[in-house]
Amino acid sequence: MITIQKYVRAQSLEEAWQLNQNSRNRILGGMMWLRLGRGSIGTAIDISDLGLDTITEDDEQFSIGAMVTLRDIEKHEGLNAYTKSAVSNAVNSIVGVQFRNMATVGGSIWGRFGFSDVLTVFLALDTYVELYKGGIVSLKEFAKMKYDNDILVRLIVKKTPVKIVYTAMRNQRTDFPVLTCAVSLINGEYRAAVGARPSRAILICSNEMENAGAFAEYVAKNVPTGDNLRASAAYRTRLVKVLTERAAAELGGM
Amino acid sequence: MSIDKKEYKSVNKSVRKKDSMQLLLGKPVYTDDVTPKDALVVKILRSPHANAIVESINTETAKKVPGVVDIYTWEDVPKTRFAIAGQTYPEPSPYDRLILDRHVRFSGDAVAIIAAETEKAALKAMKLINVEYQVLEPVLDFRSAKDNPVLVHPEDDWFPPCEVGGDPKRNMVASDDEIFGDVEGILAECDIVLERTFHTRAFNQAMMEPFICYADFDRYGRLHIISSTQIVFHTRRILSRALGLPKSKIRVEKPRIGGGFGAKQTAVCDVYPAFVAMKTGRPAKIIYTREESQIAGSPRHEMEITVKMGAMKDGRIRVMDLYTLSNTGAYGEHGPTTVGLSGHKAIPIYTGSLEAFRFHYDVVYTNQQAAGAYRGYGATQGFFAVESIVSELAEMLGMDATAIRDMNMLKEGMVMPAYYNEIANSCALDRCMDHCRKMFNWEERSKVRDMGNGKVRTAGVAMAMQGSGISNVDVGSATLKLSEDGTYNLIIGAADMGTGCDTILAQMVAELMDCDVDDVAVFGADSDVSPYDSGSYASSTTYITGQAVVKACAELKKRICSIASEMMNCTEDEVEFQSTCVRKIGTDETVSLTDISYKSQLGNTTPAESTAAHTSPISPPPFMVGMVEIELDKFTGNVDILGYMAVVDCGIPINPALARIQAEGGIVQGIGHTLMENITLDSKGRPIESSFMQYKIPTRLDMGKLKIEFEHSYEPTGPFGAKSIGEIVINTPAPAIAHAIYRATGVWHRELPITPEKIAMSLFEK
Amino acid sequence: MEIKMKLNGKNITAFVDADTVLLDLLREKGCLSVKRGCDTSNCGLCTVLMDGKPILSCSFLAVRADGHEIYTLEGLQQEAADFVGFIADQGADQCGFCNPGMVMNTIALLRENPDPTDDEIRAFLAGNLCRCSGYDGQLRGIRSYLNFRKEGRV
Repeated sequence: MITIQKYVRAQSLEEAWQLNQNSRNRILGGMMWLRLGRGSIGTAIDISDLGLDTITEDDEQFSIGAMVTLRDIEKHEGLNAYTKSAVSNAVNSIVGVQFRNMATVGGSIWGRFGFSDVLTVFLALDTYVELYKGGIVSLKEFAKMKYDNDILVRLIVKKTPVKIVYTAMRNQRTDFPVLTCAVSLINGEYRAAVGARPSRAILICSNEMENAGAFAEYVAKNVPTGDNLRASAAYRTRLVKVLTERAAAELGGM
Repeated sequence: MSIDKKEYKSVNKSVRKKDSMQLLLGKPVYTDDVTPKDALVVKILRSPHANAIVESINTETAKKVPGVVDIYTWEDVPKTRFAIAGQTYPEPSPYDRLILDRHVRFSGDAVAIIAAETEKAALKAMKLINVEYQVLEPVLDFRSAKDNPVLVHPEDDWFPPCEVGGDPKRNMVASDDEIFGDVEGILAECDIVLERTFHTRAFNQAMMEPFICYADFDRYGRLHIISSTQIVFHTRRILSRALGLPKSKIRVEKPRIGGGFGAKQTAVCDVYPAFVAMKTGRPAKIIYTREESQIAGSPRHEMEITVKMGAMKDGRIRVMDLYTLSNTGAYGEHGPTTVGLSGHKAIPIYTGSLEAFRFHYDVVYTNQQAAGAYRGYGATQGFFAVESIVSELAEMLGMDATAIRDMNMLKEGMVMPAYYNEIANSCALDRCMDHCRKMFNWEERSKVRDMGNGKVRTAGVAMAMQGSGISNVDVGSATLKLSEDGTYNLIIGAADMGTGCDTILAQMVAELMDCDVDDVAVFGADSDVSPYDSGSYASSTTYITGQAVVKACAELKKRICSIASEMMNCTEDEVEFQSTCVRKIGTDETVSLTDISYKSQLGNTTPAESTAAHTSPISPPPFMVGMVEIELDKFTGNVDILGYMAVVDCGIPINPALARIQAEGGIVQGIGHTLMENITLDSKGRPIESSFMQYKIPTRLDMGKLKIEFEHSYEPTGPFGAKSIGEIVINTPAPAIAHAIYRATGVWHRELPITPEKIAMSLFEK
Repeated sequence: MEIKMKLNGKNITAFVDADTVLLDLLREKGCLSVKRGCDTSNCGLCTVLMDGKPILSCSFLAVRADGHEIYTLEGLQQEAADFVGFIADQGADQCGFCNPGMVMNTIALLRENPDPTDDEIRAFLAGNLCRCSGYDGQLRGIRSYLNFRKEGRV
């Protein structure tokens, strides 16, 4: 169990950021694995009071606050109409409703966890991350960045016309995925976001593609995979091909 | 075929469990709920090494943590070895433990006991205990344990209460070789001899309530244990030996239990708070974390089973040679006994045609978590092997897998040489097969159907049996008392762990005493109060304790009649018991149970209560046929269970709703072991799957649609014709699913779990 | 730290450490229906409602509940009693240790979706593990309650 010396509900992002500059302090997300950790936190910084728990939608984009829960994006009509339920499909196998009521989009994206369904699906969309100090960066860039002491404020999903299909493989239906795969067609570009490789999701893009099989071959060739408890690298590479091909075929237009 | 057609009033009825509403409304009924919050918190410092000697241990700094009451090491505990297996004395399990041993034998073994006012203080202290280990080479691979130069138990005071072929100087806990008939000769005559090896892992019971025990001293200064246990009497005996206390100084009771499945047939954690209470004189409580329950519990014995089977081209199975290597881990609990069921349950189901068999085994120590009892108790492992190889034979011969079973299966009335020469008094296995085949629509659903996009649908089948109690060993008892308003109190030592035995035993009382089930209050279990019972394990409660209830009812009726006859100034044979009164035969003269009860309290020497005990020279097997339909994705290896249907012969089910739930729950556990529950060991032999995040048990999305039906048989030695159901239900999923996977892919998987990766890669490599 | 919350309809004040989890506070306050089955947010035994939403109290800091409304099964006895008898009729309560969390999440489901399909029930309750029942009995119980509510009979 992680021990916490002090708890502060920040009243401004600046206050939260200042506190977060001490490496012993941590911004709280959903705290899903609070009891699993063994470390100790000096000050736990809660940004729950900063109004970051809403999704706003306008003609241009969705703006998803860092404290929006996975359940919120699962149920959000606009986001799921825009993605033809790909967002809902990406998160609805994550443990259970209670878990998804607590786990936050900010925590999921900030963590850039290898197993993340959330990172995978948003990578395949035209997504940006707003950092308190770092400003707006594309999710693709953010996914490669190292951890620092900045704060993820919100996720911005541009309403660029998109076709997207989300798929994942799990050994048990609510387990961490063995592989995640989101294939999209956006701005004339074919994208495959592949996660749980088992390291963090990466994006493979291509401007043209003959057919789903060839695209899948291409993606599989370019996605490095590894071993962990849930599967071997060889099996994962096979899954990259299978899932990408199926998603691409479902997407159509290839 | 003798099926009891009798119409019952309370038995063979689906009545609600007596504790249902308490449980469903979240009332405080479990150990942690009913024991004081301010008890000392007991925590265990565990060894990081699989095999090591504690060279030195310094607790001084840790003891200074505010709130820490005391810390105990191997130097502080009694030196008498004991076993924590819940078994009848003299136990087949060796006495190979100390409360804390200087020699730690698995990664997770106890090194120190911490007693503190709060969990925080205990955990802080744990980090400050300084231990120096002499790290020894461990024996981690159970295949090389026998005669390994590294000994798990080199100590000289290792003691086996029973002779079971163990030899700690060879890392052996038990060994045996049993031959019936001319095995080699018949093998030589067979058209086909198949030899296959199967591997099953140390699956965890994963009951929802982790291990927990509370200890304090009662108003007489006796050690009072409240524990989530299936075995109150065995726990008393175990603690008596471990702590050096007379049994008269110990009382063990159980409140409601949050699941057991055999895990709590071992006194996994009870010695620790008991020891702390003795040392400090204060109430003490231990609650295992989920991690401790996973790494220092009492899981299934890992087994490797090699079956050699001889058969004729027409499908007749003539001979079976089964060798089991069983891994008991660092301590021998249930090691010598679980292994027996791998052969003694799996072989006799083919009594119909078997002319000879050999069953031999070795049970070995390793430096892994000690195994224990888990629903199925070795039979589960045996049936995976035997049922898989029979299906493989059928597929080789191009025979229908149900037809080959029709041809070879045990039938009612047969003598079972592989099952201690017991006679199958009640056996509806053939009807179970017919029934399941029709209900499931085997002929259609077993066809291999290509659904497109790599998806294939097909089905698999398996049979199973188990026992009903341990013959000539288990003792069940019941006390029945008449109350002033004509209702009854039933007091038992069997442990309802959610299975509903309190209720089904009350149903039996209601049937026999001709009253409502609601008029029977049940209490269990408390070693001070309950009549002796071995405990709830080995599928014994319905069959053994149930029969004790039947006897107690008969005796109480007699006593009631005796008191009544005194009241009516006649002899006992002139009166008869009639539901709410006793009548003088042939007259209208009656006395009510209420009046009889009051009379029993007034100048009376005949107790209005009775206690009866029961044991059985036989252990009648229940039978089961399970069929599963799967959809398998050849590209990903994913298996979806579309439907699982089973037909069970548990004699006459006392409570069909509860029997059905037993079957459904057992099948889902079996699906878990077969497809997703994995045990991977790290370099120290510790399971990496030490949490529910890694040890994945089935959710309600993983099990498909279940359908359970019953084929009644009538077991003449059981109460109301009943046999057991609790364990058999976990035995069919592994072989049935492995069979379906073969039909879908052409590949046999002989190691559990059969993960998507194994399936997909086996096809990829092909 | 001092926190204030509404627990089962009553305003309470509690003193907690920064790392006290809600589950421990609730049990401390006598809400013993809330169970701990794992430490990894996987089992659902500790489910309570916060501002009407089901959450896992084992992984929720008590300080974060400051200013919020919490319900445990102790506070929803009548709402639970309406349907749990149907589960009891199936014998699906079994050991009962998972029941309070499952009942709480079922309450959340039925408030959000009063007429769920079987698949919707399975999906909503997927985060509630049960090792005894094999799940189907729980589903049959909820289904027969819904049928009863619709048709006035089982």
